[in-house]
Amino acid sequence: MSDVIDQAVPQSPQEALVRPQLNRRRHGGRVGKVGWPVYALLIGAVFISVFPLYYMFVIASVGASAVTSIPPRLYPGFNFADIAAKVFETVPFFQSLLNSVIVSLTVAVITAILCALAGFAFAKLQFPGRNALFLIVLLTMTVPAQLSVIPQYLIISWLDWVDTLQAIIVPGLASAFGIFWMRQHMSTTLNDELMQAARIDGANSWQIFWRIGFPVVRPAAFVLGLITFTSVWNDFMWPFIVLKSPELFTVQIVLKQLQANRTIDLALTMGGSFMATLPLLIVFFFVGRRMVAGIMDGAFKG
Amino acid sequence: MTATATAIPVQKKARRSDRPPRQVIRQPLAERVAPYLYIAPFFVIFAIFGLFPLLFTFYVALFDWNPIGEQTFVGLANFERLFADQRFWNAFVNTFGIFLISTIPQLMLALGLAHLLNHATLKMANFFRMALLVPYITSVAATALVFAQIFDKNFGLINWMLDIFGIPAVNFLSSQVGSWIVISSMVMWRWFGYNTLLYLAGLQALPREMYEAASVDGASGWQQFIHLTIPSLRPIIIFTVIMSTIGGLQIFTEPLLVAPESGLTCGGGRQCQTLALFLYEQGFGQFEFGYGSAVGVALFVIVVVVSLINFFLTTRTRKAR
Repeated sequence: MSDVIDQAVPQSPQEALVRPQLNRRRHGGRVGKVGWPVYALLIGAVFISVFPLYYMFVIASVGASAVTSIPPRLYPGFNFADIAAKVFETVPFFQSLLNSVIVSLTVAVITAILCALAGFAFAKLQFPGRNALFLIVLLTMTVPAQLSVIPQYLIISWLDWVDTLQAIIVPGLASAFGIFWMRQHMSTTLNDELMQAARIDGANSWQIFWRIGFPVVRPAAFVLGLITFTSVWNDFMWPFIVLKSPELFTVQIVLKQLQANRTIDLALTMGGSFMATLPLLIVFFFVGRRMVAGIMDGAFKG
Repeated sequence: MTATATAIPVQKKARRSDRPPRQVIRQPLAERVAPYLYIAPFFVIFAIFGLFPLLFTFYVALFDWNPIGEQTFVGLANFERLFADQRFWNAFVNTFGIFLISTIPQLMLALGLAHLLNHATLKMANFFRMALLVPYITSVAATALVFAQIFDKNFGLINWMLDIFGIPAVNFLSSQVGSWIVISSMVMWRWFGYNTLLYLAGLQALPREMYEAASVDGASGWQQFIHLTIPSLRPIIIFTVIMSTIGGLQIFTEPLLVAPESGLTCGGGRQCQTLALFLYEQGFGQFEFGYGSAVGVALFVIVVVVSLINFFLTTRTRKAR
C-alpha cells in the first residue's frame, strides 16, 4: 500500500487545492496609495498594544523608583537581572515555569492530535449519528464551562485530583473549538481520491489518518497547538481553584503570590509578570506569522 | 446498530455505481466502530468535565451544600435568596456595565483598524498584524497587575497625564464607574487586536473589484468604510459580539487581581465584583456550594437569554439581506 501513498502524497494535489484560495486572498484589499495618516494611526495602535508590556519591563529593570519619580521613568534601566534573581528567591518561580510548561505542552500536543483525529472522523468518515454528534460539539462551544466550576471542583475532589497537575491537564483535553477547526481543515485539504487509493490498497482508516490525513493538516494542527498552549499557559481561574501547594503552582498563580508584595516591592511583581510572558513572547517571535495567519484562517472558515 | 451500519455501503454504491458493492460490505467491524473511537476521547472528557457538571449545578443549587459538612435539600430557597440579594444584583450590573463599555468601543476600534490594514499596498502589514496580537499572548494576570499600576491613584501614568492637564488625581478603583473603566480597558486592550484580525480576514475575502468599483465611482475612504466594509462584515461582527458576550460574562481574573486589598469583593463596596467573582466568593470563599451553584444557574440562564437574543438578531439580519 505504501507505494501508492508515497507516490501520491507529494505536494501537488494539496497545493492545487490551497493555491486558488491564497491567490484570491492576495487580491483582496482596498486599492490606492496608503497615506501617512494611515501609518500614523497604525503605529499608534501598535504603541497601545506593546506599551503595557514594555512598561512592565521598565519597572522591572529600574526598580520601584521608576514609578515614584516625577515625571515617571519611561525607559528601561539595568537592574532586570537583580530583580529577576529576587523573583526566583521570593517564590518558586522556576518550579512554576516548569509546571506551566508541562501542563501547557501536554494539553497542546494531545489536543492537537485528538482534535485532528476527531476532525478526520467528522470530515471524512461516514458513520451513523455523525451529524447529530457534530451538532453537540458545536453547541458545547457556546456554553462557557466556567458556570459550573463548583460541580467541576466536586468531581475533581471525588477523583482525588485536587492539588494535582492532571486536574488541569485532563479537563483541558476536550476542545470543541479544536474539533471544529480540524474538521474544517480536513475537509478542505485532505484529498478524497488519495484516501480511496489507500483504501483499495487495504489501508484502514487509522493508517490513512497517520499516513495521509495528519501529514496534510500538520500546519493547522500546529497552529491549534499554539493557540491551545497560549490559552492554557495564561489560564488563571481553574488552576487557582484546584492547586493548593506552592510547588504545583503555575506561573499565573505565582503572580498572585508575588502581588502580596506589591505595595512593598512593585518591581518584583512586574518582573514576575514580564517573565511569565517572556516564554510566549519568544515563541511568538518565531511563529507569530503562522499564528496570525492561523487566526485569520479560522475566522475565514468559521 | 448493525442495520444502520450496513446502510452506508448502499449510499456509497449509489454514488459510485461502477464499483462492485461486495468490496464495501466486507468492511470489517473494526472499521465500522473506528470513527466512534476517534471521537470518543472528546465525548468522554466532555461528558465527565463539561456536561455532567453543568447538569449537576442545577442539582447542587437545590441544596444547602457544605463541602465539609452535610448537604440539606432546600428546594428553591437558594434562588429566593439570590433574587433578594443586593450583592447578586450589584454583580449583575457590574458585569453588564463592564461588558458594555469594553465591547462597544473595542469592536469599533477593531473595525476601523481592520479597514486601515486592508490596504492592498500597505507596507509592513505583517509587522502590524503581529504587534496587534501581543496583548492576546499576554496573560490576564500579568495584564491586571500592570494596569493596576497604570491606573494607580498615587503613581499611575494616567493620573500623571491628567495632572499635566490640570485635572486632579482620580481614585479609579474607589468608584463603580471608575473601576469599570479600569477593567474594561484591560479587556479592550487584550482583545482589540484579535478582533481586528478576525475582521481583516473577513475583509480580505471580499473581491478587490468591489473597492475598485467604489474608487472609480469616487467614494472616499470613509464612504467605503460605511457602505462597503461595515455591511460586508455583518456576520463576523455578530460572531464577535457573541464571543465577547460569553467572554464578558466570565470576567474573573481582572477584578480579582486589580484590587488585591479587598480580597474577593473587588473593593469595599463591591464596586467591581463581577458575577464570576461573586460565584467564586460564595462557593470557595464562604463554602456555600449550593448558593454558589444557584449563581451558576443564574449565569447559565443569562447566557441562554443572551444567545437567544443574538440568534434572533442574526436571523433578522439574514432576512434583511
